[in-house]
Amino acid sequence: MTDQPFSIDRDTLLDAYRTMKTIREFEERLHVDVARGDIPGFVHLYAGEEAAATAIMLHLGESDRIASTHRGHGHCIAKGVDVKEMMGEIRGKASGACKGKGGSMHIADLSKGMMGANGILGAGAPLACGAALAAKRRGDGGVAISFVGDGASNQGMFLESLNLAAVWNLPVIFVVENNGYAESTAMEWAVACDSYVDRASGFGMPGVTVDGTDFFAVYEAAGEVIRRAREGGGPSLLECKMYRFYGHFEGDAQTYRAEGEVENLRENHDCIKIFRAAVTGAGAVDPADLNAIDAEALALINEAVAHAAAAPMPGPEDLETDVYISYA
Amino acid sequence: MARNLSMNEAVNEALDQEMARDPAVIVMGEDISGGTGAPGEDDAWGGPLGVTKGLSVKHGDRVMDTPLSESAFIGAAIGAACSGLRPVAELMFVDFMGVCFDEIFNQAAKFRYMFGGKAETPVVIRCMAGAGFRAAAQHSQMLTPIFTHIPGLKVVFPSNAYDAKGLLIQSIRDNDPVIFFEHKNLYDTKTDVPEGLYTIPFAEANVVREGGDATIVTYGQTVQRSLDAASTLAKEGIECDVIDLRTLSPIDMDTVLESVEETGRLVCVDEANPRCSIAADVSATVTQEIFGSLKAGVRMVTAPHTPVPFSPALEDIYIPGADRIASAVRQTVAN
Amino acid sequence: MPGTITPIVMPKWGLSMKEGTVTRWIVQEGDEIAVGNEIVEIETEKIASALEATDSGLLRRLVAEEGDLLPVKALLGVLVEGEVSDDEIDAFVEGFVVPEDDDEDDEEELGPAYLYAETAAGRLRYTSQGEGAETVLLVHGFGGDLDNWLFNIDALAAESTVVALDLPGHGPSPTPIPDPSVPGLANAVLEFMDAADVGAAHLVGHSLGGAIALALAASAPGRVRSVTLVCPAGLGPDINRDYIDGFVSSASRRQLKPVLENLFADAGLVNRSLVDGVLRYKRLDGVTESLTALADGVFPGGAQSWVEPGLIAGLEAPALVIFGAEDRIVPASHADAASGATVEIVDGAGHMVQMEAAPRVNSLISAHIARAAG
Repeated sequence: MTDQPFSIDRDTLLDAYRTMKTIREFEERLHVDVARGDIPGFVHLYAGEEAAATAIMLHLGESDRIASTHRGHGHCIAKGVDVKEMMGEIRGKASGACKGKGGSMHIADLSKGMMGANGILGAGAPLACGAALAAKRRGDGGVAISFVGDGASNQGMFLESLNLAAVWNLPVIFVVENNGYAESTAMEWAVACDSYVDRASGFGMPGVTVDGTDFFAVYEAAGEVIRRAREGGGPSLLECKMYRFYGHFEGDAQTYRAEGEVENLRENHDCIKIFRAAVTGAGAVDPADLNAIDAEALALINEAVAHAAAAPMPGPEDLETDVYISYA
Repeated sequence: MARNLSMNEAVNEALDQEMARDPAVIVMGEDISGGTGAPGEDDAWGGPLGVTKGLSVKHGDRVMDTPLSESAFIGAAIGAACSGLRPVAELMFVDFMGVCFDEIFNQAAKFRYMFGGKAETPVVIRCMAGAGFRAAAQHSQMLTPIFTHIPGLKVVFPSNAYDAKGLLIQSIRDNDPVIFFEHKNLYDTKTDVPEGLYTIPFAEANVVREGGDATIVTYGQTVQRSLDAASTLAKEGIECDVIDLRTLSPIDMDTVLESVEETGRLVCVDEANPRCSIAADVSATVTQEIFGSLKAGVRMVTAPHTPVPFSPALEDIYIPGADRIASAVRQTVAN
Repeated sequence: MPGTITPIVMPKWGLSMKEGTVTRWIVQEGDEIAVGNEIVEIETEKIASALEATDSGLLRRLVAEEGDLLPVKALLGVLVEGEVSDDEIDAFVEGFVVPEDDDEDDEEELGPAYLYAETAAGRLRYTSQGEGAETVLLVHGFGGDLDNWLFNIDALAAESTVVALDLPGHGPSPTPIPDPSVPGLANAVLEFMDAADVGAAHLVGHSLGGAIALALAASAPGRVRSVTLVCPAGLGPDINRDYIDGFVSSASRRQLKPVLENLFADAGLVNRSLVDGVLRYKRLDGVTESLTALADGVFPGGAQSWVEPGLIAGLEAPALVIFGAEDRIVPASHADAASGATVEIVDGAGHMVQMEAAPRVNSLISAHIARAAG
């Protein structure tokens, strides 16, 4: 094996790349399919932010839990949710991860530890506290991750959860995915404090800020806070500064952006490009291997789309099922 | 053996015995133990009215005081419920639901449907409700219809100690989210309660009096008031069926319909405000299903469409009383 | 000759009864009442039944109105023998004081309502009433409890010490049934007799309790002075397994009520309170499992597993068999196999004959015990 400067072995690097690339292809394809009218409802794309979900999830096992956001496709894929089922779900098909009843904003797979994307901003934070409480009671070193955007980081539910997690000393990590925009409103304007590290310290927990486009920085920082949580050291806040390539939702004209902003992001701040340059530049991975993964990721997404397109819609008989486990 | 227990004691015993039986059961809430972190005694309060007193002594850290953060700890109870625990969270007064409602109606209530039947959320949210405690507009509401409106939630409202213990144990063992109401005016009322564990199934109304001339449908503290009205009416020769719904979602409409088919007269008594209330719901269902059996227009006896007043002089007339109930029954019988 | 005034009061049927509702007067003011006449229908938390007159006289005054809920010993009406003026009756009604029915006083005067015996099968609830030299032990049937003897205990306690127990797996705090078979339960009853210091007793068993009594009389003859088998199991193969299964599986009042109606000739006796009482028992943790095991042990495949009518002829103790003619659980024709026993078939009564025709059954049992005691 080639000597390389990373603490991560080659296979893991390839896995990380595969995950990031799968997310990217998934989102790029959705962007096209939404425009074509193939996708009903709201879709919020994670393209540009892949390194954070991927690097954090590498530290988790299936019994560890995450509570995601409305922008949850990347978290789902990185946590191991089946891509075909995701694509089916986003198209409202019976083959979907939630039998077509949830859609893009509610993809969940509890068997994979994925407690759901969430249409309510900040609502996942208390849920992650609950999952962390359950892990703490089991005593198996399990952790829970609450993902939140910079926008939802102002929600009462989120702020209350920081306090509760610290008071109960829960093994939970609050990951703020700071992409600079709460929908169309700038983070600099809407978040009153200058630094999430300060916000964390206000709740008596460690806070770390990392460059979310740097896979390795996220990996190292996440590894540290997750290890501390597993060992009983309590919660932390991890801010990942990152960029989203698309609008808040598909159809967002993004007039709030600066001219040339997205082009600059894609050229100079693409976390996948940065990762690729780093691992090939260091000689840790052969570019040909990454190219092969590119092709595989694209093929997987094409297959998922074909599968989802061919799958049946749920029938009228499904309308009233699965409201309760039992009712009467 | 059966002992005469208050509803307060019955709720405490149900929690105690279920915690002893099932290690997945935890209890959390503001001051549910009381005194955590304070220099004085632990278990200082046992809840604001002492309902959970002593549980933390017996069950240790499975009885968790929380910060005053309903969104966070109700949400945490829900998150823990879909992660293998069976939390019983106390929302103290149901009036506080305003600050944590998202976690209840957008999260707990919807997980199972929204996730295609793959989630189980066995959480119980206990909360006090109802007027008569001189607690004014923000601590006295009967917000039952807000919860029954929401698919995915079950809503339970015992009227006595026996039902409270059996229904609470059923709620804890149930795998869906349950809103468990406790009327603070009923805590001291006593009934015979078995020593052991038992359950009362949901969707089984309790026919607490059989009459045949008119049907009174109610729940909570107005059950006793309806029985008082029925006693008065019996002396006038009017015999009432009195039905205690016990669970509001699911609701046992079969028992109501059977009774009204026989009596032809229905009076719905509800301490909640009248619009879109349980009384309105039952009235509408009966009218839709068995209109031909009705011998008189359906009547509702409810609180007025006002907040709960503070002054005892006003609060006493706010809650439906036996006189108003009896008079409504007389009107249906007169037709 | 001066007349006498006798009050008719709310009866106390069973230890837990505190009050009852007057549902219907059967007789009217001015009627001549003889002892044993049914005079008024009373509904309690447990059951509805007719109150039978214990005194005779002219019914001069109905005090309680239909629909009234009154405490035990409250005045219901006034019987008069001889010359008594209306004023005197008014004064009597006016001055009548309902005796206190306070739990604590009861415990001081009468001893606690319920006692508990620690046995190998667990803690069993029982009651002991009366102070007669002869002891009568009442053994209920499948799914029952000591309250099945509601209308019998006080009557029998007038002359005997009456002990009634909850079998293992029964009553408000049911223990597991260690051996769900007739011999197993007979052994549990014998252990109970040891624990409760019941030396030798006149056994009265109802239904499955009848089979238990017979098995115990045969296996421990020194402890049994007589046996009375009321609608007993153990004399033939037939059992209404639909009833048994319905009893075990019914989860709601709606399901259970028609099942329980099989127990009585007059289905109207099955009121809401009686159904609720059974539901309360069935909803206790473990009861469904326990009853299922018991049903499979004693009535497997829809037939009785323990059929030993031949034991009766060999008993040292005299045997009495009582059936309700309209028994729909165990057919009254099983009495034909009870060779060696005195057989009484009570018309107009079903499986719960000891409730439905309590005075008749009480007098049959009393006479049988008196004969056996010599």
